[in-house]
Amino acid sequence: MTPVCRLDQIRRESGVTALVDGEAVAVFRTYDDEVFALSNFDPYGKASVLSRGIVGTRTVQREDGDEQVPFVASPLLKQPFDLRTGACLDDPAVAVPTWQVRVVDGVVLVGARRETLAS
Amino acid sequence: MTDPTRHTRHLRKQLVVVGHGMVGHRFVQAAIERGLTETYDIVVLGEEPRPAYDRVALTSFFEVGADALSFLPEGAYDDPRVTLRLNTEVVALDAAARTVTLAGGEQLRYDELVLATGAAPFVPPVPGKDLDNVFVYRTIEDLEAIREASRGARAGAVIGGGLLGLEAANALHQLGVPTHVVEMAPRLMAVQVDDAGGATLKRHIEELGLSVHTGVMTELIDGDADGKVSAIKFKDQDALPLDLVIFSAGIRPRDAIAREAGIDVAERGGVLVDEQCRSSDEHVWAIGECAAPGGRMYGLVAPGYTMAEVVVDTLLGGAAGAFTGADMSTKLKLLGVDVASFGDAFGTTEDCLELVFADAVAGIYKKLVVKENATGGFELLGGILVGDASAYGVLRPMVGSGMELPENPEELILPAGRGGGVELGLPDEAQVCSCNDVTKAQIKAAVSEDSTLNDGGPCSDAGCVTRCTRAGATCGSCKTVVKKIVEDHFAATGKTVDRSLCEHFAMTRQELFEVVAVHGYNRFDDIIEGHGRGRGCDICKPAVASILASLLNHHVLDGSNATLQDTNDAYLANLQKNGTYSVVPRIPGGEITPDRLIVIGEVAKEFGLYTKITGGQRIDLFGARMEDLPAIWKRLVDAGMESGHAYGKSLRTVKSCVGSTWCRYGVQDSVGMAIELELRYRGLRSPHKLKGGVSGCARECAEARSKDFGIIATEKGWNLYVCGNGGAIPAHAQLLAGDLDSATLIRYLDRFLMYYIRTADRLQRTSYWMDAIGGLDRIREVVVDDALGLGSELEAAMAQHVDSYFDEWKATIEDPEKLARFVSFVNAPGTPDPNITFREERGQIQAATNDGPVSLGATIPVGAPR
Repeated sequence: MTPVCRLDQIRRESGVTALVDGEAVAVFRTYDDEVFALSNFDPYGKASVLSRGIVGTRTVQREDGDEQVPFVASPLLKQPFDLRTGACLDDPAVAVPTWQVRVVDGVVLVGARRETLAS
Repeated sequence: MTDPTRHTRHLRKQLVVVGHGMVGHRFVQAAIERGLTETYDIVVLGEEPRPAYDRVALTSFFEVGADALSFLPEGAYDDPRVTLRLNTEVVALDAAARTVTLAGGEQLRYDELVLATGAAPFVPPVPGKDLDNVFVYRTIEDLEAIREASRGARAGAVIGGGLLGLEAANALHQLGVPTHVVEMAPRLMAVQVDDAGGATLKRHIEELGLSVHTGVMTELIDGDADGKVSAIKFKDQDALPLDLVIFSAGIRPRDAIAREAGIDVAERGGVLVDEQCRSSDEHVWAIGECAAPGGRMYGLVAPGYTMAEVVVDTLLGGAAGAFTGADMSTKLKLLGVDVASFGDAFGTTEDCLELVFADAVAGIYKKLVVKENATGGFELLGGILVGDASAYGVLRPMVGSGMELPENPEELILPAGRGGGVELGLPDEAQVCSCNDVTKAQIKAAVSEDSTLNDGGPCSDAGCVTRCTRAGATCGSCKTVVKKIVEDHFAATGKTVDRSLCEHFAMTRQELFEVVAVHGYNRFDDIIEGHGRGRGCDICKPAVASILASLLNHHVLDGSNATLQDTNDAYLANLQKNGTYSVVPRIPGGEITPDRLIVIGEVAKEFGLYTKITGGQRIDLFGARMEDLPAIWKRLVDAGMESGHAYGKSLRTVKSCVGSTWCRYGVQDSVGMAIELELRYRGLRSPHKLKGGVSGCARECAEARSKDFGIIATEKGWNLYVCGNGGAIPAHAQLLAGDLDSATLIRYLDRFLMYYIRTADRLQRTSYWMDAIGGLDRIREVVVDDALGLGSELEAAMAQHVDSYFDEWKATIEDPEKLARFVSFVNAPGTPDPNITFREERGQIQAATNDGPVSLGATIPVGAPR
């Protein structure tokens, strides 16, 4: 896994862009210090910007009740992406790739691109 | 499917409209909107050299110019099946052959003919009426001629003290000519107001410095050797020396071509038409002032509009409407004085009673005409209001509604402090908007749950109702009532309107603003924990960021604020489509030294930026990579420049014309004022972007009336206009207060802007905000009259903003913690993002996009042309 930065270099509820194997990866930190990594490329706006979006939560109704989904809104046209899966919350047919990521001793490590979407 | 019109072209019929005034234009608009052009080709013949314009607002021509008054500035309709021919006079009509003859001899065939020829000013047969410098008051050309003749005029007289006469007197007075108003009747506005009301009005007008002569006969107009007006002579009085005369003694329908063609006309003039506005010839229709439905002519625009709609209805062949008379109620501001007259204003109904409130000192006269009904209560029949017409919106719909007045009906016209200001419940069928014929029931329907008016759903607030039903969209006098009906409806249906900002905050921006102010919050976390739920989103976070910035004027990238900021604020620059930013240094009032221009040029060259002049008189530098922003700003700040806040929902620019410092026409220093205002309000965060403009004279070269606040210089000071905007739905700013000195202008602007910042919804521009809070009158009450007693508080809030201003870009480049965010990659700060690409056009870069992410991999060259 590639160490990209210290966790405290990412403000809570924001993202940074990391260069991982030649690709721009957006790494986000949520309010409760969870870390997620998505492609930085916004498939709607077709630009490498997602790490600069606003991070928050959205209530999504599921069969088994409401769920609080951490998401980032694209800074271009505000499409919301689920930080955990990369899925667009307004259009389930669209998703951005996600990367494995974890924090070890205060350092954020980004691993391999995930092959399939988690759900 | 093929175009159905192609096969039926030979079957298409021709409709000729004679006259392109306000009513003719409305007819064509309605015909296009409602599909009449699917079956008819329309030819519109206008006699004047320009397309239809707002004749009701003719007096504002000197202030705003012809373009602002035009209904069709492009000079043509979008619909190719409509042909507009200007400078085209119709001289004859042959109803049997169905042709009209033009002044040049050309004949036009028609299937249907709509006469919208309007009315002509009536000039009484006074000796001297044909002298030079005798005018009428009807067209822009008339006003241009009056302006020309007013230069150096000793004095002028307006003959006619009716509604139009006072408009003309206002225009003459504005031109700086000592003005006499001459009325044969014993009072002004004899048709609308009674003796006492006329006397109150006269006092107001005399206070403004005009001379009013009532009950006098004009015997003759004297001329000099050149055939120009030199004096006016009233019966039994000395001659009054003056240099121009305007006749405004009534209008007469222009029915000549119909009359000569043998079509029936009314006894007192006007083409006699039935309820469908059809004349005695079945293919000839008449609408507006040239028509006389049931023998009566209507000299207001609203009935003309109704007639236009009725004819379109009838020609479409559907359920035909009918014109069965019109409400001739009037409310207007003449020379700054409110005058309203409605219903049976003169108490001609049998057994009616009058209630009068008069305050000669304050110049207020109010009269209600009431009548006892079968159950012993009183109903309102009509009334007259002079000096204060604020009750008009509530009173007028009560007429004819069958509604019983409260027990002490005098309270309806008493000033609020003396027992007035009662609450009323109008019946559903009461017409609330007389300009556009909208009833209370229609307003309630628009906000009810099954409404589909607003994009398939119900209207959300009063402003939305105005846009969707047109209630309040014309003269605006009913806006406060519309707002009240909407609010009462929501309250009564027990439905709390969901005005939540988003799922995280169940309150409006205004409520949130108050919460933050009262608790003195300065962190989002405290606000959402105390008053919200979840962790926020891209809607509430920027809204909170804006509120905090308005209240605290701190650095928007300080501490946890940075993560709340919307796209552009987050990096203090405007994000463009390919992920780069544009940079706009402030150029206050559009004034810039050559040295600074050179620095901007050098920065653009050095960082490879595309340059373009903005609409706000500044220079925009595009294509800046995020990581280059600090270095770009270092150069600009070192050269003495500062952030232009082009990225913020905040004051953008105050545009100016060159003004009296250089311009031959300028009457005030518009550049100096624009710079003062831009520097005063720079950095002010607001619910939406704010733009201003200052013009140095009435020619309005700064286009100030398309701004949220626009200032236009007058001989005596400044006129302040508010709540205009360009954009998708343009709105002209409206006059809030006139002839202000600079200190008063700034005081009003401070109050206006702070009031807007505190009470507007998120992303609600000033024009929509104005509709939502109850119209221009409401803003005037708060800002000018200080009715809420908020004036000093709003001024203090603005003073705090002005005192605590700092350049946020300068502060950013001096703060390593803030600078740390401006990197391409957190783990490779020196590597440019390969996803950013450009192409070249006209010798400069342009943004390019890629279909998918670009990988640097091991072999792909890094970056883009630099």
